[in-house]
Amino acid sequence: MTRLLDISDLTIRFTGKRTVHAINNVSLSMEQGETLALLGESGSGKSVTLKALLGLLPPKRTQIEGRIHVNGTDIRALRGRALQRYRGGEVSMVFQEPALALDPVYTVGHQIAETVMRHKGLSKDDAMAVALDMLDRVRIPSANRRLHNYPHELSGGMRQRVMIALALACRPRLLLADEPTTALDATVQIQILLLLRELQREFGMGVIFVTHDIGVAVEISERIAVMYAGQIVEEGTTHQIIRDARHPYTQGLLAANLHDVDRGARLNAIPGAPPALEVAPMACPFAPRCPKAMDACREGLPPFLSLADRRRVACLRADETVPAE
Amino acid sequence: MSATDAYIPQPDTGGPAQPLLIVRALQKHFPVRGGLLGRTQARVQAVDGVSFEVRKGETLGIVGESGCGKSTTAKLLIGLTPKDRGEIIFDGVPLGPDLPLKDLRKGVQMVFQDSYATLNPRLTILASVAFGARVQGLPDPDGLARKMMDRVGLDPDRFAHRYPHELSGGQRQRVNIARALAMSPRLVVLDEAVSALDKSVEAQVLNLLSDLRAEFGLTYIFISHDLNVVRYISDRILVMYLGEVVEVAPVDSIWAEQAHPYTRSLFSAMPSMDPDNRTSEPPLSGDPPNPINPPPGCRFHTRCRFAAEICKAKAPTLAGLPGNAAHMVACHLHDPASGHPKAGQGVPE
Repeated sequence: MTRLLDISDLTIRFTGKRTVHAINNVSLSMEQGETLALLGESGSGKSVTLKALLGLLPPKRTQIEGRIHVNGTDIRALRGRALQRYRGGEVSMVFQEPALALDPVYTVGHQIAETVMRHKGLSKDDAMAVALDMLDRVRIPSANRRLHNYPHELSGGMRQRVMIALALACRPRLLLADEPTTALDATVQIQILLLLRELQREFGMGVIFVTHDIGVAVEISERIAVMYAGQIVEEGTTHQIIRDARHPYTQGLLAANLHDVDRGARLNAIPGAPPALEVAPMACPFAPRCPKAMDACREGLPPFLSLADRRRVACLRADETVPAE
Repeated sequence: MSATDAYIPQPDTGGPAQPLLIVRALQKHFPVRGGLLGRTQARVQAVDGVSFEVRKGETLGIVGESGCGKSTTAKLLIGLTPKDRGEIIFDGVPLGPDLPLKDLRKGVQMVFQDSYATLNPRLTILASVAFGARVQGLPDPDGLARKMMDRVGLDPDRFAHRYPHELSGGQRQRVNIARALAMSPRLVVLDEAVSALDKSVEAQVLNLLSDLRAEFGLTYIFISHDLNVVRYISDRILVMYLGEVVEVAPVDSIWAEQAHPYTRSLFSAMPSMDPDNRTSEPPLSGDPPNPINPPPGCRFHTRCRFAAEICKAKAPTLAGLPGNAAHMVACHLHDPASGHPKAGQGVPE
């Protein structure tokens, strides 16, 4: 079976008044039906990666190098009709702010039906039936009535369910979720996470879930890739990342989660701030903040150390057995 | 002269036993106007009969979902939103003729979530930090501002003449903290002050807040939706739901046992952080109800698994648990005389 996703040596630069090296040499692959969390802080390049996958970056200001293959198709070569079929058909996206992503002047049923008509060539009535079925699947109560609601008539959690229904209406092979629960309350967030987990199993699709919250990543994904300064610094199963993080940045993120920190104990905070990426990193981008940095870390980009199958860390000291602290 | 010397709070008048802040029956209803004549159509009961105390030197964490009234409570405390009714007593002196709002604000300062929106984009950092001191007529506001900037970790020589847009989110939040400190407050209200920051920066700011509390003897009200952060920094936790206090307890006590069914759900909604033992069932279904026309009786009864007839009819009052009076909860399950069929047995599993 072809791999669901194969990204190799992806480099993305934004040009203009100032240049930003947003993505630097990222390679990443996913098998069919996998759930991967892209974990990182603001500016780490996780959302840019998603946008590149859908070809949503502004072409005039963006320089892209590298290869992106989805289901064996080179999506950077897609144009016109083929690109339209791919977006929303094979790959679709759930955004952080459903209130902004949904069109305020059409009912939610209309918006879902429109997608289905475009992609599957169904009649309006059939498409509305699909829309109704989708609203049911995302557990919207009295879906019949909600079909004719406008986005502003729904609560935040309900809107995110509609967004998911819209994204899944054409049965994509890959769902991209860009912090879909960040704007929601905790009790609603866990509902949406569990819904996504269930739908993922039911539809057998792959999911890339972008988040800055390790707890959310644990709830949703089998695998985690940690991003920093436009690079993947560590990748592995959720279990490996949570139980045996090897990159000092991942270790710092885990400590900053405060999950089992003693009350009032001093936090082991990562000092400083992420780099601005005005130039492409020539050395380990985390070295200036790293408690374990050596001279070699500042002299060149650390190569990936492969610890096991599909388990890699970009750190010169990753194979040291004693973890920090 | 260091920042510690520049911190000159108003004297402690009530003594250590006097709570720094007492809030009694605080209420705020926002009218919802509409229609042709702009008549009041409904009332958002944002804060409805909230009472609590903050002791000297402690940190009170306030948690709850959006719309529960936690931010409105904070704004009512310092008069940013005028209250409908209720009493605010600061160190034994009620807000009123003896304690005008301007004097209260010398003692109570606030730090908001959106670090950018709360700084004037046309003022330099130095001017922003010195602004309050200047308005209150304190001597040498600029010198004071530089000391406070230095104390929160912003080199005054590098940052004094910069503008807010030139700073990162973490740096801007430090500016907001310096601005609050420049007034030598005794109580600082932190309304989601670290929520917008990245995790690694959040840890730095939490460390700073802990240091400042110890150094200046500050008292905090810490509002957040992140239970892990609230547990880390607070001594007691107050849980709000739809404008009311449903539970207030020392951190260890509430972490060991959540006495209100809503608190229990809120805690179970935290991600597990354990890949082998992920959450399998959402603790609550649906979104929090609208604070316009909240349900009668206990406001949580529409989402509560243990709701009985009495819960729809009668609102429970906040009372201490048997054997642990410091742990207060407003739920009929804990009141043997309430008439709830399972009353007196605590929250069933």
